[in-house]
Amino acid sequence: MNGLMVLMRRELALSWGRGGGPMLAVAFYAAMATLLPLATGPAPSQLAVVAPGSAWLALALASLLSLERLFERDYEDGALDLLALGPAPLELVAAAKCLAQWITTAAPLAIAAPIAAVALGASTSLMPLIALTALIGGIGFCFCGGIGAALSLGSRRGGLLIAVVVLPLFAPPVIFGAGAIEAYAGGLDWRTPLLFLTAYSLATAGLGPFAMAAACRNALS
Amino acid sequence: MFTFLYNPDRFMAFSRWAAPLFGAIAAVLAAIGLWLDFAAPPDYQQGYTIHVMFIHVPASMLSLFVYACLAVASFLGLVFRQPLADAAARAAAPLGAGLTLLALVTGSLWGKPMWGTWWVWDARLTSELVLLLFYLGYMALRAAIDDEARAARACAILALVGVVNLPIVVFSVDWWNTLHQGSTLFAPGGSGLAPVYVPPFLIMIVAYLGAFGSLWLVRIRAEVWRRRANVLAIRAAR
Repeated sequence: MNGLMVLMRRELALSWGRGGGPMLAVAFYAAMATLLPLATGPAPSQLAVVAPGSAWLALALASLLSLERLFERDYEDGALDLLALGPAPLELVAAAKCLAQWITTAAPLAIAAPIAAVALGASTSLMPLIALTALIGGIGFCFCGGIGAALSLGSRRGGLLIAVVVLPLFAPPVIFGAGAIEAYAGGLDWRTPLLFLTAYSLATAGLGPFAMAAACRNALS
Repeated sequence: MFTFLYNPDRFMAFSRWAAPLFGAIAAVLAAIGLWLDFAAPPDYQQGYTIHVMFIHVPASMLSLFVYACLAVASFLGLVFRQPLADAAARAAAPLGAGLTLLALVTGSLWGKPMWGTWWVWDARLTSELVLLLFYLGYMALRAAIDDEARAARACAILALVGVVNLPIVVFSVDWWNTLHQGSTLFAPGGSGLAPVYVPPFLIMIVAYLGAFGSLWLVRIRAEVWRRRANVLAIRAAR
């Protein structure tokens, strides 16, 4: 357990130290939110319709950003070999890495997402729900993305490959997350999609580490 | 049941006559099915566009069936380290992608006269599209890793992740939106398909199965040969 805490601290330190890791995702997110009105036209009525949905789309894309480095860096410098030999099971190591990824990218994005959505014309009453869904969905994005990152270890063109492998897995959280916000905005039942989103995120958090560990062992073999 | 196929030599002996046989059965059945189809009167609502159904629906059924085959082969390859199972998984992926694409394209061609649009973001179309993306991701991963054994295992893990995930994707997309009609043939309360269309439709499904079986065997054979050629090339280089 102690080793995992050390690992968490190392992951957090690395992502902060490397050119302000979390800021990168937020900057990407801000850039997407800025480009959207330029692409669709600035009419507020038009933007308000797509604001919650595109906030979620940008979230999914921004969480793809740092996935490439999740296992690749440790794989290249041999740290992953040591982690695989260490006392902690590789499943827990993978889970800890994803959790650190969630803290450093999903948490800042959960703060940025409601601001961007409101700037695009969504109602301010949606802000808490957008932040909440971004936090919960972030778990799903990080653990699903971790599977893709682990699978593409040792391949050429890792980053692009992760996107191709992982984007289909992102469909359910995007549907449920954006669905909860739309339902809330429309005065419909928003708890059901939120619960589905939570269920998906927890299921990936529970099952994903096994796939990640298997993929890492495969890459190290 | 299929354990005798685990041995590559026996598999090659079996597939040598099985592949052409399946292909011939598929060709004959497809000819009969299409003949019966065109002999049948046009549908009272859909007119002549009903003919698309005999191409479109079996393709979309098979696209899921092929994924199931791919997943079973991946499981056998990952857990029991069956080299042939891995070759089978590798051979199935492009066939599945092709069938999915065929289903999407014919569906689009059918949708234009019937629904008045090439494409709608409806539940079944979207999940079929996601299935295509799965296949493409699988093939991309296979192509991107140089070491073949390693690529095989990574792809098997991805295929099994997809087995867990695809039902969720289908469910979530269903929940998201629905316009496509439900299954007609297996609808509760009996088939909604006019009786005259049922025989050619079923024949076409069997023809598709035969064609897939034949092509799959041919592709597995090609994969086995490719590996043998690799081994020979390595031996010659020494």
